[in-house]
Parts: sequence; structure tokens; C-alpha cells
Amino acid sequence: MIYFDNNATTSLHPEVLKEMLPFLTTQQGNPASNHTFGRKAHTAIEEAREKVADSVNAHPSQVIFTSSGTESNNTIINGIAKAYSNSHFGYSSIEHPCVSEPIKSLAYQGFKTTEIPVNSEGMFHVADVNEETKKSLTFLSVMMANNETGVIQNIAEIADWTKKNDIQFHTDAVQALGKIKVDFEGLDIDAMTISSHKIYGPQGIAALVVNKKIDLFPHMQGGGQERGLRSGTENIAAIIGFGKACERSSQNIVTFSEKVKHLNSILEKALFDLGAVIFCKKSHRLSNTTFFSFKNIDGSTLLTALDRKGFAIASGSACSSKSSEPSHVLLSMGVDLDLAQGALRVSLGLESTENEINDFIETLKDEVNRLKQLTAVAA
Amino acid sequence: MKNKLYDMPIYMDYSATTPVDPRVAEKMIPFITEDFGNPASRSHPYGWTAEKAVENARKEIALLVNADPREIVWTSGATESNNLAIKGASNFYSKKGKHIITLATEHKAVIDAVRECERLGYEASYMEPEPNGLLDIEKFKSTIRSDTVLVSVMLVNNEIGVIQDIETIGNICRENNIIFHVDAAQATGKVKIDLEKLPVDLMSFSAHKTYGPKGVGALYVRRKPRIRIEPQMHGGGHERGMRSGTLATHQIVGMGEAFRIAREEMEEENKRIKNLQLKLLKGLTEIEETYVNGDLDKRVPHNLNISFNYVEGESLIMAIKGIAVSSGSACTSASLEPSYVLRALGRSDELAHSSIRFSIGRFTTDSDVEYTIALLKEKIDKLRELSPLWEMFKEGVDLEKVEWAEH
Repeated sequence: MIYFDNNATTSLHPEVLKEMLPFLTTQQGNPASNHTFGRKAHTAIEEAREKVADSVNAHPSQVIFTSSGTESNNTIINGIAKAYSNSHFGYSSIEHPCVSEPIKSLAYQGFKTTEIPVNSEGMFHVADVNEETKKSLTFLSVMMANNETGVIQNIAEIADWTKKNDIQFHTDAVQALGKIKVDFEGLDIDAMTISSHKIYGPQGIAALVVNKKIDLFPHMQGGGQERGLRSGTENIAAIIGFGKACERSSQNIVTFSEKVKHLNSILEKALFDLGAVIFCKKSHRLSNTTFFSFKNIDGSTLLTALDRKGFAIASGSACSSKSSEPSHVLLSMGVDLDLAQGALRVSLGLESTENEINDFIETLKDEVNRLKQLTAVAA
Repeated sequence: MKNKLYDMPIYMDYSATTPVDPRVAEKMIPFITEDFGNPASRSHPYGWTAEKAVENARKEIALLVNADPREIVWTSGATESNNLAIKGASNFYSKKGKHIITLATEHKAVIDAVRECERLGYEASYMEPEPNGLLDIEKFKSTIRSDTVLVSVMLVNNEIGVIQDIETIGNICRENNIIFHVDAAQATGKVKIDLEKLPVDLMSFSAHKTYGPKGVGALYVRRKPRIRIEPQMHGGGHERGMRSGTLATHQIVGMGEAFRIAREEMEEENKRIKNLQLKLLKGLTEIEETYVNGDLDKRVPHNLNISFNYVEGESLIMAIKGIAVSSGSACTSASLEPSYVLRALGRSDELAHSSIRFSIGRFTTDSDVEYTIALLKEKIDKLRELSPLWEMFKEGVDLEKVEWAEH
């Protein structure tokens, strides 16, 4: 089986596993305990926090560990809603459901919320925010890189615009981390979500990086861990793994992106020759991600066929793979329903090789031709 | 369990966290290496393998507590389970009323979640337990109001190990149409739980108190009669919409294996631990002026909480560095406040301050217990030699009646 679904989750890097193992087996303290076991656990967590902070140019005190990107996004959105009761929440139309859903549920509680569209190339432009919205908006969430299309937003421009308009700015950088340089301080972002299992770290651990200028009301109450912002015994082995994953991925961004860029260019050329539509082709995209569709070929049939031949790819994001609805990202870009329904995503990773890409292209050619013939016969 | 590798003290703090059982760690590792898929990925075998593992683990949780696997919702730990249960249920059923009852001796995650409900306009009663730590049923009945929507009572207390009468409390809740939540984080693998019989609507579980990994827990949500909760996290709609977020497969697998081991071994294991507890109790109560906190009969064998009178708590902790124990619950150990649990039992600040929680478990040995008894005897003797209060007590001065001069 060849794994081309690295935007859903990545494998665990052996170096990460090596650092985690002692914390799953021998060193067993509760970091809050006041004895040697507890203190060792506490020190290890603070070292991991530094690594995470360094990898995104933030201060360790700005890093709050959570259990997932979903939790980080819910924490910032609900935390702001509770601390600032007059908030008006804006979000781009291509956000992950774990940003858009909590904001939509705030609308039921009486908060003002606004979905802001992207253009046909998947880009968010501040100029598209209408005057009326701009006047009352207090919070904006725009993801740094999209999980489906791979489009990278102009975060510097958006952050600058939010500063000028006195708007709190949050970015979901889950897909960006490890693939492009993420600079929390440099970009002057108020809050940012990052996650471990997309950068060869373990599942079950993520962080919210938050500027202390933001007053945040905690999402969960309890023992008061993470400066009171996230109660619950720390998931120590996973935190150690996340720290290591951040450290190694930030050191390897250039090598990684050059490698996958090369592989992706081979893939995209072949897709072009086969007549596929590659979404957001003109936009600046993550070099590991290609989102494409064939006119007149059913996406789920092609997906199943490729799976049978040993290729693991995705139709949209893993989180919503269970529903057969077409990608909301594509629909909001104005892609027509048929084409959106057939969309497939290849997301390459550390272990991907040129041989795998060539095999994939060969298989894809065969399957596409076979399905085209079938369609022709049926028509 | 003496950790020779790091020259660590003997671990007597199993209620703070347990070591991961090696069998659990072994089961987890394949799921962080080769079987790393996202259980929500529907289009390839990486996802299917992960999903299958998650569902097997869900069955193990259900088996330990005799529930239906569909009643188990994964969370990141007991704190999240408690928050989800309390805020989620009180919110969903708020039309019934806005009064919540809980115990003053609950874990912080319950107390503070209830406080958060108060902030949102609910009223709460924090009931004081009896001096033995148990809830008085008659007092409980009279605390119930027509607008009581939720009751939250823990099965086993984290500091004093007492076991509440969940069945009776639950039946009263049923009669009054009240949602009943139970924090069972400290109970799994220690007491038998049968949710088919117990009238409980929501129950919180944790992995890392039962030899599983940190960072994973579960919430039981009853299906018959169906209990509804408002989700506290929104997103991809995982866990039937009740709890969004990518599932951490290896952690979940670890929790499943830990609960399987608990189910199969708890009966034998508890007998062994009971003997260790009796030995520890006998040895430590040979020391003069010691007070056991919490009921001794309705209590798990894993816990002993003892106040050593006329010894200053902090010096005692410093003196017994050879064992890892806790003074108050780990989550709040960082603060020097005397335990709110012991104060709720009516203990004086002095006795609360000089209390130690010994919690033992799977890897505690006879010689660990013997070492602990000898260490405590020696150090308490020494500390009392230095104590003027001890001297006065020995001379027969009633310290309660002494009028202390102002400084």
C-alpha cells in the first residue's frame, strides 16, 4: 500500500517515537505531583513547550497544549465569546469545520457571525470584506493553508489589516506547520492553532498559541493546568513527541518542501496530460498537496479503483470523509457540483518517492482510460 | 516499585497517576508506527485498521462497566468527560430547571465545571459529606428541589478513597427525574461497575488512573432511557457529534487494553492490594496520634489517607523523600492550601496540613510497604522530638485551651 494521504494524518517519525518511548514505559509521574516523579515530568513538558514555541517563533508561555486542533479552535472561539460578549465573529468560507461549526453554534447564542467568501482560486482577500462587516467585526479566523486545496493565504496582509481595524486575528495553521515557515511573532498573529499528527508526531496532542493581549476564558475547568486555560492531566508522552516533531520538522522544512515539490510537479504534469482539472492551480499552494478532478468520471469510483490497486488517497478531508457531500471548499470557490463531487486529493509526505509517483501515474492512466470507456459505452 | 534506573523514590502515588502497564505500551506501539491511519479516513485501509482498533477498544471499555459500546464517547481525559457531562447535560435539559447538586469533596474538574454553570445562571448546592466522607442520603433528599436538573457524585474519592452509595443516590435521582452523573476516574479496576443495573446516566472514565496512557478518557452516555448532551466541541462531527476531533488511535488502543486487563485481573489484584493496605494501616497506626481520614470500610484498598498530629506537613513531606506520596490531590499539590476535601470532612487545618495520601497499586510490593512504615516511624519520631507542641501534649497540656500570645 502506498500512502498519499499525509494531510489526513502522518506516520510517526522514528526519532519522535524514540523520544516518546521512555515516557510511555519508565518515567511515570503526574506533572502536577510534588515529588521527584512529578518534577521530572514537569521539566520534560517545559522543554517540549520550548521546542514547540521555537518552531513557530513564539514564546513558550504563549503555548497551551490541547488534545487536538479541533480543541484548540474551539478553545479560542468559545474562549473569546465568553470573555468578550459583544464579539462579532468572521471566518473564511473554506475553514475546517472545527472553526466554522463552533462559530455557527455561537450564532444560536445570539452572537453576530459572518462567513466571508474566497475567490475562485481559493484566496481570501481583505478587500472582499464589505464595509459594514468591517466596521463591526471583532474576530477573524482565516486558515494559513487549506487542507484540501493546499492554498496558502497571505497571512501577513490579513494580520496587518486586522491590526488596523482592531480585530482579533486567529489562524488555523495545522496544515501549514512543517510545510512552510510559520512565524507567530513576525506575522503579529493573536492566536494560532497547530497540531502534532500532521507533522510526524503522535495523534491526540496539539496546541493553541495565543498572545497574552487576548483575554481568554477557559473551555474546560478543573485542576488549572496550562495557566488555567486548559485543565486536565498533561498527556506527557504525546507532548514530548509533539516537541520533537516540531523541532525536527522546522529544521527540515526546506529539504522536505523541495523534495515533495519535485514529486508533485511530475504528478501535476501527468494529471494535466490526462485532462484533469487541478484546483487553485494559479494560487500559491503547499508543495505536497494536489486537489484534482476529472470531468465525467465519478470520483468515488476512481477512489475505490485506486485503493484496490494499493494507493491510499482521499476525497476531500478525512474528517468529513464519512459524509458523501461534495467539498464545501470547492463549492464556496464556485466550482460546479459535478466537478466538485469527483474531487480527489493526493497529499505527499516524507516517505513518498519518485517510484511511487510513477507507479501512481501509470495506474491512474489505466483506470481513467478504463472508466472513460465505460462512461462512453454507458452514454 | 523502586525505579533503579533513575534512583527514584518508591512510588506510592497511584491515585495521581499509574505507570503504564508494559502490556498496554506494547499494544500501543504498532498504532504509532505502522498502523498510523486517521480513523475517520474512509477511503483506504490505513483508516479502516485504525477505525477497527478504535471500535475494539470501545468494546473493552463497555465490557468493564457492562454497557453498550455505543454508549461510550472518547475524550481527552476525565477532566474533559466531566466538563462535557456537566455542562452538556445541564445545558440540554435546562428547561427542567437550573439547580445542580454536587459534593464539596468532588474533583476540581467537577467543582469548577459546576461553578462555570453558576456563572451562566445556574444555582448549585455543594453538599458537605459526613465526617467519614460519605454522603448522607436523607440530607441529599432534602437538598433536591423541583428545579434540580443534574446531580454529580463521584464513585471513589481521589484523596480519601471512599466509595459513595451510587445505587441509592441514582434511584433517588430517577424518582425525581434528575440526570445523574458519576465521576468514576478513580474507580475503574478498583470497584465493580455494572451500568446495566446502576441507575447512572453519565459516567466519566480516565485511562491513566488504570495503567493506561495519559491524554485519553471516555464518557458513558446512557441510551436507554436516552440521555442527550450538548457537545462542547464542534467540528468534524466525530463520536456521533458529541465530541469532534481526530481520535488518537494509539491512546484509545492503550485505554482499551488497560481496561481489558482491569476486567480480567481486578478481582485477584484487589485481594493482594487489600493485604498491603491492611499491613500499611497496621504499621502506620502504631504511631501515636494518627487519624485515618475517610471511612475505612466503604473504601478502595488502594488508598490510605492519614493525618499525623503534631507534625508539620511540609517538613514531613521533606523528610520522607524516599517515597513518592501526595499531600492533597496532585492537581492542586502545587498550592499550599490544606486539602479542601479534608476540610469538608471537618478536619482542623492543622490535621489537614499534616495529612499524607498513600496510594498503592499493581506494582507495589511487600517490601515497599515495609520500607514506608519504617521510614514514617523514624521521621515522625525525629520531627516530634523537635516539636514544642508534641512536648506540651506529652506533658498533658490541653492544646485546645492554650491561649497563644500575639506576636
